[in-house]
Amino acid sequence: MDLRRPPRSSSGGVEPKIRQVGFFTPDASAPSEPLPPAAAVPAPSAQLQRPVAGSPPASDDLSTGRLSPVMIPPPRHADHLAPGPPSPAAADVVLATSAPVRSSPRLDVAFEIGDDDSWSCAPYAVELEENKRGLAEVRNEGASASIPQKQKTSKAERRAIQEAQRAAKTAAKEADKSGKSAGAAMSKQAKPAKTAQKKDVPQAASTVASEKKATERPPERERKLDAPHPRMQFDDVHKVEKAKKRAVVNQSEARNRVELFRHLPQYVHGTQLPDLESKFFQLEPMHPSVYKVGLQYLSGEVSGGNGRCIAMLLAFREAIKDYTTPPNKTLSRDLTAKISSYVSFLIECRPLSISMGNAIRFLKSRIAKLPHALSESEAKTSLQSDIGRFINEKIVLADKAIVSHAITKVRDNDVLLTYGSSSVVEMILDYAHELGRNFRVVVVDSRPKLEGQALLRRLVAKGITCTYTHINAISYIMHEVTRVLLGASSILSNGTVYSRVGTASVAMVAHAFGVPVLVCCEAYKFHERVQLDSICANELGDPDVILKTPGKAEDHLKNWADNANLQLLNLTYDATPPDYVSMIITDYGMLPPTSVPVIVREYRKEQLWI
Amino acid sequence: MEPDAAQNPSPVPPPISAYYQTRAEHHAVVSSDWLAHAAAAAAAFPPGADAADAAALPPPPSSPGAGGGVIEEFNFWRRKPEAAEAVAAIMALAAVIRSSRATTMMELEIELKKASDKLKSWDATSISLSAACDLFMRFVTRTSHLEHEKFDAAKSRLIERGEKFGEISLKARKTIAMLSQDFIYDGCTILVHGYSRVVLEVLKLAASNRKLFRVLCTEGRPDRTGLRMSNELAALGIPVKVLIDSAVAYSMDEVDMVFVGADGVVESGGIINMMGTYQIALVAYSMNKPVYVAAESYKFARLYPLDQKDMTPAHRPIDFGVPVPTGVEVETSARDYTPPQYLTLLLTDLGVLTPSVVSDELIQLYL
Repeated sequence: MDLRRPPRSSSGGVEPKIRQVGFFTPDASAPSEPLPPAAAVPAPSAQLQRPVAGSPPASDDLSTGRLSPVMIPPPRHADHLAPGPPSPAAADVVLATSAPVRSSPRLDVAFEIGDDDSWSCAPYAVELEENKRGLAEVRNEGASASIPQKQKTSKAERRAIQEAQRAAKTAAKEADKSGKSAGAAMSKQAKPAKTAQKKDVPQAASTVASEKKATERPPERERKLDAPHPRMQFDDVHKVEKAKKRAVVNQSEARNRVELFRHLPQYVHGTQLPDLESKFFQLEPMHPSVYKVGLQYLSGEVSGGNGRCIAMLLAFREAIKDYTTPPNKTLSRDLTAKISSYVSFLIECRPLSISMGNAIRFLKSRIAKLPHALSESEAKTSLQSDIGRFINEKIVLADKAIVSHAITKVRDNDVLLTYGSSSVVEMILDYAHELGRNFRVVVVDSRPKLEGQALLRRLVAKGITCTYTHINAISYIMHEVTRVLLGASSILSNGTVYSRVGTASVAMVAHAFGVPVLVCCEAYKFHERVQLDSICANELGDPDVILKTPGKAEDHLKNWADNANLQLLNLTYDATPPDYVSMIITDYGMLPPTSVPVIVREYRKEQLWI
Repeated sequence: MEPDAAQNPSPVPPPISAYYQTRAEHHAVVSSDWLAHAAAAAAAFPPGADAADAAALPPPPSSPGAGGGVIEEFNFWRRKPEAAEAVAAIMALAAVIRSSRATTMMELEIELKKASDKLKSWDATSISLSAACDLFMRFVTRTSHLEHEKFDAAKSRLIERGEKFGEISLKARKTIAMLSQDFIYDGCTILVHGYSRVVLEVLKLAASNRKLFRVLCTEGRPDRTGLRMSNELAALGIPVKVLIDSAVAYSMDEVDMVFVGADGVVESGGIINMMGTYQIALVAYSMNKPVYVAAESYKFARLYPLDQKDMTPAHRPIDFGVPVPTGVEVETSARDYTPPQYLTLLLTDLGVLTPSVVSDELIQLYL
């Protein structure tokens, strides 16, 4: 295992060597049911010996070590073995279960490197001790278990020994490193260690922590001043726990999570809002307008890439207006730290969209490039005007440019299909109607959001002839369509369009029918990352919304959470491959999907966004 | 911008595209019927143009002065059979700079812009013409931001750049021919469509390098330029076989590669070329034969057709040999659009490119 691969873990602190994806047959000899919280450590030993023939297999604590086609290598570090402090929420039980059972070999590792400075953070030392004791017992039990278990244990032991050696080696390296940066805070020691080893693992939690603690920082760390990584991997319990400690929003993790999407956050909806509303008047670190925007995101009042970005930037502008530099601090560093804290709050309310991420990068680069000679009020006005300029140039004027390009592709007697509700597409349709073109629109919609209905109302109110259908009828209606107009949340460097879930299906059917697909997207939403599927980065919505079908008296899935065999999945975004896209219309003109990296290359450096 | 492509076919036959008129003049086999058409069309042209025979060349205008001069200059260059229309435009624009009486940079740029617009409006259907005009403007005005004390120095620099650009364009064909030599190997069979000067240059060079290959040439109706092409190839000693356009699929299995030219290369990486190119590309693609496009870089245009009808229509008269029955409509479009997925490589004076690079070049140039 190379150093750069991030550790993957499911089901709490335990590191299963293999993860099951999909269905599998129960193995009578291995334990599988959820275990009580870590405090009751001796209990699992009893369970170990109980035959578990009848236990439901498809639970999400798959630490049972059954072979499956998907083998995920165990992580190298033991720190996320330490299960989080026993949390009252039921959801956490699921996460922290079976910690003792499988991690017995791991704890050896933990024990060995736990002595090292870089790993033993104070809050966790206690739990480590506890678990060690508990696990020692379990281990003995485990050794005397039935034969298949023994086999696995020994394999695990071998790997554990390997890892222990590896970890010891890297720990020795860290010890040197830590020795060099003498006198630094403990978190700072943790940070170099972590960054040395886990380059890929997002440093959201540690970054934010260190930012808040220290204002003095060597310049090469400046890159880490960027917003906390918006794609923090949530199957890493250690990170999740750390993030939770700093969280403003108290939310409980959802139960019955789909295994494949473990790396994405999912919280029980509706639990955060009352709590946040009550805290509205005690928000010392948080600016009220930022708080307000966060609440608007949570409730779903503000949605859509442009809308969210504009709301966020306006809130930041207010915050900058009211900002005063504390004594003995430089404006740029302190303000950047403040913006980062606002951003992490917003992430907790709802994960960032790519457009928001780019806007934040822009803002931070502007702050960083402020000349030192400026007085505070001058700097603030400059930043406020920068924000205003960004919104005007990159969003408002860009939309106008897109409309002027796209209008050349709308001819008389066209049938235009659009999916969901995109602000730019709506503008194009409005403008075409104003110019007197003769066309009609097909609005395709999908549950659970049903965003197309609002768009339909507005179009019909303007007098545009519309047809409305759901996405299941897309192949039925596609033969009458001449052009498909879609919006996008972002376009990635290989031409993949990252947009509302369902867009990929619409594009695929259009491609099959030979209908050109035009994607309209402002250039500030382009991103240099590449995504090959819709799984590795996405957003999970509230699964309860799927249950509620209007007009049905009976709610069949009412108690879905109690059923361990059932998981509901509500995705928000999906990735459309570039082969299905005929043309991308941006404020820079009409481009083929292969030219997105060219725009990113040519225009990012000019405008110094990064 | 493109005119709104919502025109319905009018009862009056659409105007004949001047671009294809020129090509026909230079390369086609002249038939009496065609002569009649051309004579009628010539009436609409500026007085300097003679129809049909290229014998009477009007002398180059000695005192250009007025704006009409650019058209005359352009026609002078255009009459030469070897000159591409775009190169003619570039030379004409360079002449405009030379003969301009402007005293400031801005004035000169405005004059140039006016001349360029005039040229473009003279024939709205020619893609390479408008692309070359835009390119020239861009190429030249980029240097106007350089520091120059005196206007005269700047002007002479512009003239120099303009003429250099013209030279590069003239030499473009030779560069392309050189680059294509690696693709032609001994014993190969090449399919060409109609008459393309660039492709002819490529094959000429290959023949002079003593490569052994044979050529299948389509007839290229309606102007039957393929016959002229086969004539020239035979004169070079290359074994050539003429096919009617419908026989392309029939012969495709014995073909090793397809070489076509282009009237314009669009932003998606596809090409706009003589009618029939799309068909050939589709057949070649389905039989896994590579399609190579030989196109000069000044043909890169900022257009993006989504389908065949998404371009400015360019019509030409079609002579069936027998009168067309009344009440029957004839498809007279002179060109079609080949999407980039059917093209293998573009051989240009910028190098050997894949279709997706076209947009990259255009962005760097225009944005």
